[in-house]
Amino acid sequence: MLTANSSQTIATDRGAPFVLTASERESIEHAMHHYADPRAATIDALKIVQANHRWVPDGAITAIADVLGVSAADVEGVATFYNRIYRKPVGRHVIAVCDSTSCFLMGFDQLYGALQQKLAISPGQTTPDDRFTLLPIVCLGACDKAPVLMINDTTHFNVTAENIDSLLEQYK
Amino acid sequence: MTSNVNIGLTNVGPETHPLTWRYTKAGKAVVEIKEYEAMEGYAALKKAVTMQPTDIQAQVKAANLRGRGGAGFPTGVKWSLIPMGADAGQKYLVCNADEMEPGTFKDRMLMEELPHQMVESMVLAAYAIGATKGYIFLRGEYVLAGERLNAAIDQAKAAGYIGENILGSGFNFELHVHLGAGRYICGEETALINCLEGRRANPRTKPPFPQQAGAWGRPTIVNNVETLMNVPAILLRGADWFKGLSQGKSTDSGTKMYGISGKAKITGLWELPIGTSCRELLYTLGGGMADGLGLMCWLPGGASTDFLMDEHLDLPMDFDTIAKAGSRMGTALITVIDDKQNILSVVRNLEQFFSRESCGWCTPCRDGLPWTVKLMESIEAGEGQEGDIETLHQLTRFLGPGKTFCAHAPGAMEPLQSALKFFPEEFKKGIVQKGIKA
Repeated sequence: MLTANSSQTIATDRGAPFVLTASERESIEHAMHHYADPRAATIDALKIVQANHRWVPDGAITAIADVLGVSAADVEGVATFYNRIYRKPVGRHVIAVCDSTSCFLMGFDQLYGALQQKLAISPGQTTPDDRFTLLPIVCLGACDKAPVLMINDTTHFNVTAENIDSLLEQYK
Repeated sequence: MTSNVNIGLTNVGPETHPLTWRYTKAGKAVVEIKEYEAMEGYAALKKAVTMQPTDIQAQVKAANLRGRGGAGFPTGVKWSLIPMGADAGQKYLVCNADEMEPGTFKDRMLMEELPHQMVESMVLAAYAIGATKGYIFLRGEYVLAGERLNAAIDQAKAAGYIGENILGSGFNFELHVHLGAGRYICGEETALINCLEGRRANPRTKPPFPQQAGAWGRPTIVNNVETLMNVPAILLRGADWFKGLSQGKSTDSGTKMYGISGKAKITGLWELPIGTSCRELLYTLGGGMADGLGLMCWLPGGASTDFLMDEHLDLPMDFDTIAKAGSRMGTALITVIDDKQNILSVVRNLEQFFSRESCGWCTPCRDGLPWTVKLMESIEAGEGQEGDIETLHQLTRFLGPGKTFCAHAPGAMEPLQSALKFFPEEFKKGIVQKGIKA
C-alpha cells in the first residue's frame, strides 16, 4: 500500500518546536463553531496546518490537540486515517492519480507508468527538486472522462501518457 | 467544464426530468439564485412550510422514493423512524455527498451544476424531519462543488431560505458544508457520522440506528444527494406524478441518474425513467461499444456490485430486478468492460481498491481483502497454486454478508464471486499445473 500515511513513513521531527500561527489558531477556533463538539474540527485543523506547511509535522499534532481539547493520540489517529492528510513531507505539487475501475480500463497503467518514468520516482516518493509527489487515489468521480488525476486541488480529465508533458509544465 | 449530461435526449422538462431539467434547459450550471428562482426554484420550500412536517414525510413515503446512494431503502420509511414532537430535542440532517464508489459520478454533477437545488432539498428535508442543523458531507476532492454549494448557501441565507424563522414559518435551520479528507468507508452512514464528529471513520454498531442515536448521540437522518434532490419535485407535483415517471418500466418510482463509463462509444450521464434497460442505455444513448470491441461484462452500479453479462442487458435497471439477477443496481452508473480485457486483472484492480480502503476495524475485512489481492495477483501472473480458486470461493463466504462489521467486505466480494461464476476457465488458466511449471 502506497500512501503518504504508511506507518513506516511517519517523519521523525520530534523535538522541533511547532507553534500554531495566530491565523491558524483563529481558523481552527472558527471551524469549531460549526459543530456540537470541538473534536469535529480535527480534520479542518489538520487541513489548515497542511495548507501552510504542505504536510502535518509531529508538533502540529499536539498543538491541534491542545486547541481542540482532545488527546494527541486521537488527532494522530485521524491524521493517519485519511488519504488527503500527509504525515510526511510532500513536494510543492501533489499528483494523485485515480487507479479505480474505469480509469484502470481506460489506461491508468500506461499513465501511471509514464508519470513514474518522466518524474523518475516511484509512487509515494517526491522528486529531488521537491516539485512533485506522486500518489494513487480512489475514484475521483469523473469516470466518463477517464483517465483522471488531481494535481493539488484541480482535477484534470482525459489525461493520457501523451499529454502529461504539457500538463506538468503548468506546475512549476 | 460542462458535464456530459442527457446527450441525445429531447423534451427534457420539469414534468419528466425532476433532477436535471434546469441544467439542460439553461445549457449550463444554474448557480445564481435568481436563475434558480426563475425555474420553480424554492417554490417547493414555500409550499412545504405551509404543510405539517409529518404530511411531507407521508408524501415522500407514498411516492416510494428509494435511496439513490445504492441501497434503495425507502426514504419516507427512514424519515418516519425519527422521533418527532416538541420534546424530540436536537436532530440533524446529513447529506451523504462523499461520492467515491468507483464508476460513479452523478452526485458531483448534481452538486456542481445545481447547487441551489441541493440547498433547497436540504432545507425542505430538514423541515420534514424537524432538524435544525444540517451538514452536507462533501468529499474534499470535490472542490468546485464545495465552492458552488457555499456560494448557494450564502445566497439562500441572504434570501431568507436558511436561518431563523424561514419564510415566516418559525422554522430555524443552519447548513454547513463539511469537507472530508478521503476514505471510501465514509460513505457508510455510521462511519460518515464518526468522520463528521472528527473521529476515524470506523463504522458503528447498529442498532442503535442513526435515526435514534446518530451525530453526537442525537437522532440523525443520512440521505444521498440524488435522493434528496428528488424531494422538491415530489412536493410540488405529488406522489402519483412521481410514481408515473417510471413510465411502466418498473414498479419503482421516479427517474434515475444512469451513467456509462468504460469502453463505450459515448460516456456520460442521463436522467431516465427508472427501469430503463442497460441495452437502451448502452446501445442507444451510449452508441454501443467503442470501435472494434465487444462486450465482456458490465458492472451495473459501481465496484461493489456483481458483474452482469450480455444476457442481462434487457432487464429493467431497478433495485429489485437487478437484485433478482444476482447483482445490485447500486448507483446505476454502469462500467463497461470490453472483451480485450483480462477479467483477472479487472478483479485484481477492484480488490486492490477494497483492500486499500478497508478501515481495518474487523478482522475478516482487514486480513481477508489483502489475502484476496495476493491470490488474485498470483493467479493473474499464472502462478496460482492448486486450491487457490477454492480459497477464493471460501473468502467470498467468510467475507460475505453477516460475517463482517459493515457492508464493505461483502461489497468487495460481489465482483469476485460473480467473476468466479461467469469466468471459471479464466481462473483455472492462472493455476500452475503440477509437473508442468515450477
